[in-house]
Amino acid sequence: MGSLFRSEEVCLAQLFLQSASAYSCISELGERGLLEFRDLNPKVSPFQRRFVGEVRRCEEMEKTFTFLQQELRAAGRLPAPCPESPRAPAAREALRVQEQSEQLAQELREVSRSRSSLRDRLRDLRQHLHVLREGQRFTSLPVGPGVPAGLGREPILDPSLHHHLDRKINFVAGVIHPWRVTAFERLLWRACRGYLVASFVEMPEPMEDPATGESITWVIFLISYWGEQIGQKIRKISNCFHCQVYGYPESEASRTEAITRLHGQIQELSTLEETEKYLAEVLDKVAQVLPTWRVQVQKMKAIYLVLNQCSFDVTKKCLIAEVWCPVRDLTQVQDALRQGSVSGSCFVQRVPTTESPPTLIRTNKFTAGFQSIVDAYGVASYQEVNPAPYAIITFPFIFAIMFGDVGHGLLMFLFALWMVLYEDSPRLRQGTNEIWLTFFEGRYLILLMGAFSIYTGFIYNECFSKATAIFPSAWSVATMANHSSWSSAYLATHPSLTLDPNVTGVFQGPYPFGIDPIWSLATNHLNFLNSFKMKMSVVLGIVHMGFGVMLGVFNHVHFQQRHRLVLEFLPEMIFLLALFGYLVFLIFYKWIKFSAADSRVAPSILIHFIDMFLFTSNAENLPLYPGQVPVQMVLVVLALASVPVLLLGTPLYQWCRQRAPRTVRPRAHDFAEIFMHQAIHTIEYCLGCVSNTASYLRLWALSLAHAQLSEVLWSMVMRNGFVGLSYVGGVVLVPVFAAFAVLTVAILLVMEGLSAFLHALRLHWVEFQNKFYVGAGYKLCPFAFAPDTWE
Amino acid sequence: MTAHSFALPLVLCSAFWGLVGIAAPWFVPKGPNRGVIITMLVTTAVCCYLFWLIAILAQANPLFGPQLKNETIWGGRFLWE
Repeated sequence: MGSLFRSEEVCLAQLFLQSASAYSCISELGERGLLEFRDLNPKVSPFQRRFVGEVRRCEEMEKTFTFLQQELRAAGRLPAPCPESPRAPAAREALRVQEQSEQLAQELREVSRSRSSLRDRLRDLRQHLHVLREGQRFTSLPVGPGVPAGLGREPILDPSLHHHLDRKINFVAGVIHPWRVTAFERLLWRACRGYLVASFVEMPEPMEDPATGESITWVIFLISYWGEQIGQKIRKISNCFHCQVYGYPESEASRTEAITRLHGQIQELSTLEETEKYLAEVLDKVAQVLPTWRVQVQKMKAIYLVLNQCSFDVTKKCLIAEVWCPVRDLTQVQDALRQGSVSGSCFVQRVPTTESPPTLIRTNKFTAGFQSIVDAYGVASYQEVNPAPYAIITFPFIFAIMFGDVGHGLLMFLFALWMVLYEDSPRLRQGTNEIWLTFFEGRYLILLMGAFSIYTGFIYNECFSKATAIFPSAWSVATMANHSSWSSAYLATHPSLTLDPNVTGVFQGPYPFGIDPIWSLATNHLNFLNSFKMKMSVVLGIVHMGFGVMLGVFNHVHFQQRHRLVLEFLPEMIFLLALFGYLVFLIFYKWIKFSAADSRVAPSILIHFIDMFLFTSNAENLPLYPGQVPVQMVLVVLALASVPVLLLGTPLYQWCRQRAPRTVRPRAHDFAEIFMHQAIHTIEYCLGCVSNTASYLRLWALSLAHAQLSEVLWSMVMRNGFVGLSYVGGVVLVPVFAAFAVLTVAILLVMEGLSAFLHALRLHWVEFQNKFYVGAGYKLCPFAFAPDTWE
Repeated sequence: MTAHSFALPLVLCSAFWGLVGIAAPWFVPKGPNRGVIITMLVTTAVCCYLFWLIAILAQANPLFGPQLKNETIWGGRFLWE
């Protein structure tokens, strides 16, 4: 089976690397991702390690790269991911990368700075220009009645007409943020009432706010005032409101002259375009090389961190690395070292160890999901039996027992099928939503869960809570009606009647595949279904647990502990089979031997089971078969006898082995620990058998809940859509179906699905795995270059 | 309404799942996944066969019959046959 059955053999090895070729050897090994390096300098702080200088250099380069990336993002370009994976650079190439990146960063900084200063200047000039132009409107000679309305608030009188007023009119002109206009006006009015005339007009085009960078339509204001103190007040108020104030010449001529001058200055700033072009070129260059550099420097840093973990042997002038290596890959490691080293001087040597190696289980895209749900509870100990290959089928099957419905199973299957068929599409793979990624990772799991749910749905005969009559029902209503003379009048007076299987012809044999569809019409269907599902849960649970105990055999054989086969496996199986295997036998026996003819005196299995333990008997409860009482007594005695064997067998055996003359030390305190451990195991196993069997009844409970929810949804929601058989009824059906569909997906698929998933998981982790699984291992984490995550 | 035999479904289903669980593993092509596929086939056969068997055995000798509403009886009596 390969390594899915039990984890692979992993050995401890030492790599001897020449100082000159150490870097390239580690680079080669990292590309292949085979080994886990152990830290040989755990007590050395990161600042005292050998290659701390190189690591620092890599980090500086990464800082430069972050700056470059920020600049790229500010310019609105998305950095593309690196198409192929470049190798880690040699020392000279790394130096070149460092120099080039710093040079690019420097250029970028300079160009950005000059560009922003040019832009500020341009903005300033344009604002000034607008202020002058708009101001012209207020202070130019009135053109007559044809003056267009809406030219600001009040046209100011031209000072030249009022020169006789003997007051010199001065102006303050500037630009203010549109949100501050009302407050500004109010304050001006309160402070300098009557001595100024203020007018506001919006700028014709929006301009950038230097602080926030967003585009705002500024408001130009022109205040004419007379009196020096008023002027100072106005300027102070303008300062308060962060207005940009520009000089406003008084005479018309100087104003036009200023306008022409500003035009000329704006023209001169054509260099801004060239700066922008140059900046775009630099950014292009950066975007081209940055992805490759990032990956290269990441790999370099990873290699130096690994080299820091090696120890330096002064006499042989080489670095020694201690690695965990899968035995199967030793030749590949040797190849890699030969490729990476200059003269073939690096080699690997296996080293014996008493430590427990890490666990390595190789999976493909299908088995990875199932292995991960086993690992979530505990990683397998080194080379113990892996429950995952069996969980591939038993987990979806146990889920399906709790979820059994053809319609729901079909929906789940189709959803998973879509995910599986399009699993290579980048749109599905690169989703960022965590919940979606969880579903996507488990697509094969959901596929199998849906498929098995369709099967169990057919057995339970439930399709969206409706039964299908694939084969005709085995119960004949007509025969019963004829036999008991159920006329229409009789039926009118009796609201419910029972079919009696004792009458010949009423029951004509078991339904060949699944539950008979007549039970979905019966009012006492739960009586039958509960009995069926409870017995089914107990039978399947005991089979599952028995299988778990049998898997322990592989562990005993593999770890050379054959005494445990007789001293642990045998008592465990006897205990389980004598008590609960017998229960399964009773269930099947009663199904086969007892029919409607003796339904009045049919014995209760539960009472028999309880009496078996208490060594009593109940007169009203007939025996199932002759000789039942002595058989049960023997079985109980057998089961009770196996408990002390389980409790004392292995510790005594180990104690006896120690007393043999081979060993030197008696190790008395170890014996107490072994005994304690075995006592705990015995109690856990025996009590666990009882409680875990009862725990499997959740299969019954959840399947009942699912069936009831499904039925409620149908009868309370969907049936109301069938009220009218007219065209109006057809229209009403549409929103009713919409509600039914939404509730089906939300409650029955998502909520019940998650619930059944959780319970199936619990049954595997606790009830199944505590029969054989230890799960105290740790995973092999090979040194490999992880694909670059861009964010 | 119709008589169902017990032997025929038993033989058919046992044959089918026997094919899946016992015969098909011999025909799985050699490859790295051969062991996993065989495990899956056998486990599926055992689980599904056992589930079907429990369902049919539970109905083979019913101790009581369905209790129907009078409307259902009327419909079943006069419309279903």
